[in-house]
Amino acid sequence: MAEAVLAADAEEDRPRRIDAPVTLPDKFFRAGLRVAGLSVFALMGLIALFLLLRGFQALRFTGWSFFTQSAWKPQGGVFGIAAVLPNGILIALVALIIAVPVALTTAVFISEYAPLRIRATLVSLIDLMAAIPSIVYGLWGFYFLQPLMVGPSRWLSNHLGGVLPFLKVRTGDIGTSYTSSTFIVGTVVSLMIIPIITSLSREVMSQTPRGEREGAYALGSTRWGMVRSVVLPYARGGIVGAVMLGFGRAMGETIAIAMIISPSFSLAWHVLENGANSISALIILRFGESDSLGLSALMAAGLVLFLLTFAVNLAASVIINRSRSGASTAD
Amino acid sequence: MSQATTKTAADDALAEGEPEPTTEAAERPEVRLRLGGTTAPGVFSFLGAAAGAFALCWLLYERLLPLSGALGFWLSWFVVFNGLYLLIGRTQWDSRTARENAVRALAVSAGVVVVALIADQVGFVSVRGWAAARHLTFFTQDMEHTGPLSPLTSGGALAAIVGTLEQLGLATLFSVPLGIGAAVYLAEIGGRTAKAVRTLIEAMTALPSIVAGLFILGVAILTLGLQKSGFAASLALTVMMMPIVTRAAEVVIRLVPGTLREASYALGSSHWRTVWNVVLPTARRGLVTAVVLGMARGVGETSPVLLTSGFTSHLNLNPFHDHQVSLPVYIWNYVRMPTPNMVARGFAAAMTLMIIVLVLFVTARTLGGRADKEGSR
Repeated sequence: MAEAVLAADAEEDRPRRIDAPVTLPDKFFRAGLRVAGLSVFALMGLIALFLLLRGFQALRFTGWSFFTQSAWKPQGGVFGIAAVLPNGILIALVALIIAVPVALTTAVFISEYAPLRIRATLVSLIDLMAAIPSIVYGLWGFYFLQPLMVGPSRWLSNHLGGVLPFLKVRTGDIGTSYTSSTFIVGTVVSLMIIPIITSLSREVMSQTPRGEREGAYALGSTRWGMVRSVVLPYARGGIVGAVMLGFGRAMGETIAIAMIISPSFSLAWHVLENGANSISALIILRFGESDSLGLSALMAAGLVLFLLTFAVNLAASVIINRSRSGASTAD
Repeated sequence: MSQATTKTAADDALAEGEPEPTTEAAERPEVRLRLGGTTAPGVFSFLGAAAGAFALCWLLYERLLPLSGALGFWLSWFVVFNGLYLLIGRTQWDSRTARENAVRALAVSAGVVVVALIADQVGFVSVRGWAAARHLTFFTQDMEHTGPLSPLTSGGALAAIVGTLEQLGLATLFSVPLGIGAAVYLAEIGGRTAKAVRTLIEAMTALPSIVAGLFILGVAILTLGLQKSGFAASLALTVMMMPIVTRAAEVVIRLVPGTLREASYALGSSHWRTVWNVVLPTARRGLVTAVVLGMARGVGETSPVLLTSGFTSHLNLNPFHDHQVSLPVYIWNYVRMPTPNMVARGFAAAMTLMIIVLVLFVTARTLGGRADKEGSR
């Protein structure tokens, strides 16, 4: 009798199989969500596909010389991105050189030095700076900043131009030689990427574990010592990612560049000299006057820009997610 | 141990609001120990460095070297100031304290510069825009009967404002279901695919806006044969806004406590009922913030709209038919004209655009203030 009870108990003690039946509405619901989520893949794929389709005519017309030709005269059948692409990268590099020190110092300020009371306000202000339309940056850069920049440009050219040839201005010492240059455009673009780099790196800096900070203080570190030995190493991955993301953004920036530059189709490595260009500015300035072949050429240039920025941005977000600091936010 | 060390550590502890040790607090009243803070030598070293740098720069810049220009002056002032401050500090403090103070000055000035830049942009655009925007006609007329030399009392940005609002409305209508759907997918379903989607969305937030414009131009206008219209522009804006909405929405959906979901499941509700009746309503404020942030970013996009909406000087109420102007396109078109009145109108439109962005942004912040504080750490 007792044995029978025991046997029955043993039988009942086996864990019950739990199955949560997925109802029909749930199936539809999850399918709908998957569609929304995967639509991103579809969208990115479609962008690449359509730019390729539309740009194919031009690419077949020129072949590989699309990448070696620097002039842009689609009516004459001669066009290529050998000048606009490196010039655009040059603008982005100038922007990075200016933006990275400012942005990182600001991020350190907000996350480590700013009084707690105004910290939230500062974070909002940086976000606001990122939300200011790029056309406003363009207006401000053209009407406000450009006149101010002529003086320093002239000084750099006259005094350092002999030592560093890329700072030389060859077109004579008049005001208009110094305007619309890669340097000025790069400065304006740097202001547009400062908020991106600042807010991303501030975010990873503020995730530094408290214990490690206090450990540094307990060992007698000053605040700067703590930042250098704890916060910056911790945030390194995030900072690298943020800088790359800023670079990608600078590459894709359009309107502010198009408002300020006077387009040049030779390699503009004299950065202080009048004349600069980028793929995006080329597209926005030329699409109105383009025939079918010209439009196709612009699409092909857009495809190159898309692939390049996509590669940079993807690498950046992978770095951010892989880094120790990003791991906690990834899921 | 140097003075600054103890000072900063104590400051930090106090500033972060750490609980004080409470073991003996009951017996004797607690006197807060103040270590450091601002001291007279510190303040005067700072002021002295600033004044000295100013004098030295003025001497070099204005008298000795053939230089001019306000920007250059202040740049060199800043460099000299930091050097001097470090030197002055070195004469009275040990090297670590001096360096700490110099870094602090550097960090604070970076913050001040960035804030000043924002203020300068807003101020500059408002001042230049006021000339045209103070005439009420700027908000009640379009540009149909306005020539290049017409006075500022004629012609305005009504068509552009209407166009902007309609295009933004349509783009919001498209990007909200898509963006929030993707966010719910990332937060509620997850898995390996979701990780890939998240990485892709991060890369997509930095998609060059011109590429979005070219894409819609290639698909909707060249391939499907639609007209250039406000509708096409709103499609391009959707491509730009959707990833922003998704990222911001995912963060707030993740903030919904898991216990709420479990309670809902325990009551026997299905997955979709839980999301619909529990998760989304709980995250409602944050979701609105996400959407409004997306709108604030979308409203100022210029290049995609420029490629897809076309330009017209008169009011077009129908976004599905014919060209429609919007504020960014209006600015782009008129500030490049040679007559000063047209440039003034462009600036007034820029001011209007800034006001719209500011209103959207402040709305987002006030609605989402609480959720944001929780989410930022």
